[in-house]
Amino acid sequence: MSKHLSGSQIVCEALLKEGVDVVFGIPGGAILPLYGVLSQYPDLRHILTRHEQGAAHSADGYSRSTGKVGVAFATSGPGATNLVTGLATAMMDSVPMVAITGQVGRAAIGTDAFQEADITGASMPLTKHNYLVMRADDLGATVHEAFHIARTGRPGPVLIDIPKDVFTEMGNYDPDAPLDLPGYQIPCKAEESQVEAAAKLINESEKPVILAGHGVVLSRAFDELRELAEKAQIPVVTTLLGISSFPEDHVLSTGFPGMHGMAYSSLAVDQADLIINFGSRFDDRIVGDAKRFSRSSKKIHVDIDPAEINKTIAVDAPVVGNIKDIFGQLLPKVKQKTHLEWLQHIEHLKAEHPSLRIPESDRLMGQHVVKALSDVTKGEAIITTGVGQHQMWAAQHYQFKNANSWLSSGGAGTMGYEVPSAIGAQVGNPDKLIWSICGDGGFQMTLMELATAVENNLPVKYAIMNNNHLGMITQWQDFFYEGDFQAETYTANPDFVKLAEAYGMKGIRVTKQDELESAIAEANAHDGPVIVDFVIEKVDDLYPMIPAGQSVEELIEEPN
Amino acid sequence: MAAGNGTQQRTISALVQDKPGVLARISGLFRRRGFNIASLAVGRSESPGLSRMTFVVEGPEEVVKHVAAQLDRLIDVVEVRDITESNIVWRELALIKVNAPAKTRGEVLELTNVYRANVIDIGVESLTMEISGGRQKIDSLIELLRKFGLLEVIRTGRVATLRGTLVEGEDDGLFQSDASSPTYILPVTSGESGSV
Repeated sequence: MSKHLSGSQIVCEALLKEGVDVVFGIPGGAILPLYGVLSQYPDLRHILTRHEQGAAHSADGYSRSTGKVGVAFATSGPGATNLVTGLATAMMDSVPMVAITGQVGRAAIGTDAFQEADITGASMPLTKHNYLVMRADDLGATVHEAFHIARTGRPGPVLIDIPKDVFTEMGNYDPDAPLDLPGYQIPCKAEESQVEAAAKLINESEKPVILAGHGVVLSRAFDELRELAEKAQIPVVTTLLGISSFPEDHVLSTGFPGMHGMAYSSLAVDQADLIINFGSRFDDRIVGDAKRFSRSSKKIHVDIDPAEINKTIAVDAPVVGNIKDIFGQLLPKVKQKTHLEWLQHIEHLKAEHPSLRIPESDRLMGQHVVKALSDVTKGEAIITTGVGQHQMWAAQHYQFKNANSWLSSGGAGTMGYEVPSAIGAQVGNPDKLIWSICGDGGFQMTLMELATAVENNLPVKYAIMNNNHLGMITQWQDFFYEGDFQAETYTANPDFVKLAEAYGMKGIRVTKQDELESAIAEANAHDGPVIVDFVIEKVDDLYPMIPAGQSVEELIEEPN
Repeated sequence: MAAGNGTQQRTISALVQDKPGVLARISGLFRRRGFNIASLAVGRSESPGLSRMTFVVEGPEEVVKHVAAQLDRLIDVVEVRDITESNIVWRELALIKVNAPAKTRGEVLELTNVYRANVIDIGVESLTMEISGGRQKIDSLIELLRKFGLLEVIRTGRVATLRGTLVEGEDDGLFQSDASSPTYILPVTSGESGSV
């Protein structure tokens, strides 16, 4: 039945119909009419962030950790452009999100009006789809389309730009109107011939490796992945974003490969006779030099997006569809096997190339911190990270036990993701322990969101790996720019314990290895947000390393 | 289909939603994926609310073979087919304005007849003709008219459709096969159904 409502009301009713219960945002002039009706919709909880980038990353963290579509509000002009980094981050990692932005009034569009920005133009390549809605009558259908597009197929962010006077215009909303999306198909099961071909390769293989990517996480196919791996006894390598798709204490778990992955993992991928890729896009951080990537293996690529097939790596058996459905098709066709020799070889690789180097030092190192976090939380916390050395230490040394407990900006590599994404994850998982592992660089890009955590009593624990350096930059300048260090040192970091106190949080400083466990336990026990300032060794290089565009032949396992 | 130097041309036919911004989405996709548009023709299709676009894209072979899959990711693209290797018939339209004073007009008109072009406007010193056909036919007419003094050449780019029969047109692929050739070959007419 059609209802006659204002544009703002239509948006709220449509959001509620989509099951939205929380929105992250910050108001401004053009979106005020939407905020003006929020009091009529108490079931739409609004979390006020301090910056629109924070709103976008919070919606992203909420989405990744719950599987629901994250929602962000922002106003026109700078409000909308501040969202863009968050949209790009979600786009690269296929995270379902809907962003709603205010726009200047219809008559002012195109006149360079105050706070006008062409956000649909700007966000076109960084969203799965976007809309500029010019009639209140179209709002309801557009919101429902946007959610449908965001969460189905290969998920991604969708932006809806709404002029100020469309929010106030009266229009008709039919909540039950059918979607009008000709040509938009949602892949589910794969063609039987593709599955047959893949099963044949799996059954014939003697040295198979599963490469589990973000697609396994996005389609929540954790149990199916485990069932397949156990049935045919296939070692499971996870990509950076595939981390936590497979329990890391499992005997078949073989770490993550690539630029800073485990050496044994990269070597297993290189030596395999079959790579079964579930939902990874053969990213350059894993592949390196495409011509020399795992030359002796055949490749199966299971992906929901046909455009990913043969994009960077030519594959022998493409299987296009929803990964969860495809596991269902594949499992009965895959024969039970033991692969004893190959698994013994992998154990040998793990022993010969331990990869989890913790430097022998009396000083506090980043690896010590992550190891202690992993031990004290028993690998059961949800971890968010920024980008850089701390991210890789977290990926290497935290032993993830729970499915979908790793939130990190893999594709876009967005520093600053760690602070607001943890807020979104905590909002979506109020009873779970969230640790945000931060670099002192990235933390300072989005630290204003600490206020959001305090204001909403969100007990996020922030672990700052504080070395007064952009650690990864320091390492690259050392390795690839002849030690010509430029703009890599932070000489004026704030006192992060005092900063915590200034925000009304608990602050703890840790400078020694023997303080680690008690400090982490103290943070865990505190009923509120905490910053732990881990003052770590100034400069420490990250290993293993395969330099960009290279292959396992150039693998550097240890410092010279 | 090779156009030399490892680059390749592909013909793509797409049915797209007739909405503002669709062309910007497509051209933006082409730009950021490194596809170069050799020609583009857009117009309303047989279905209301949908437009038909025919592209000829060129670029490195490894890149352009993904054009159709990438286009299909766009929500506003309803249907897309890479018809490069299919049995297609295709045409291009050109308007050519050429110098035609009384002294040479007869010769120009004779060429018009041979090429089955139509004169659509005539002035004291010039005339304008329309010609449709394959690229080679149009290219060769333009080449022949050059000596009279070309004033303006306007070309639509290629439109293409799948053939309704299984009989292959032998020279319909000339758009591609002659793409790397610096010289134009005067085409041979072969009756009404020919593809000159």
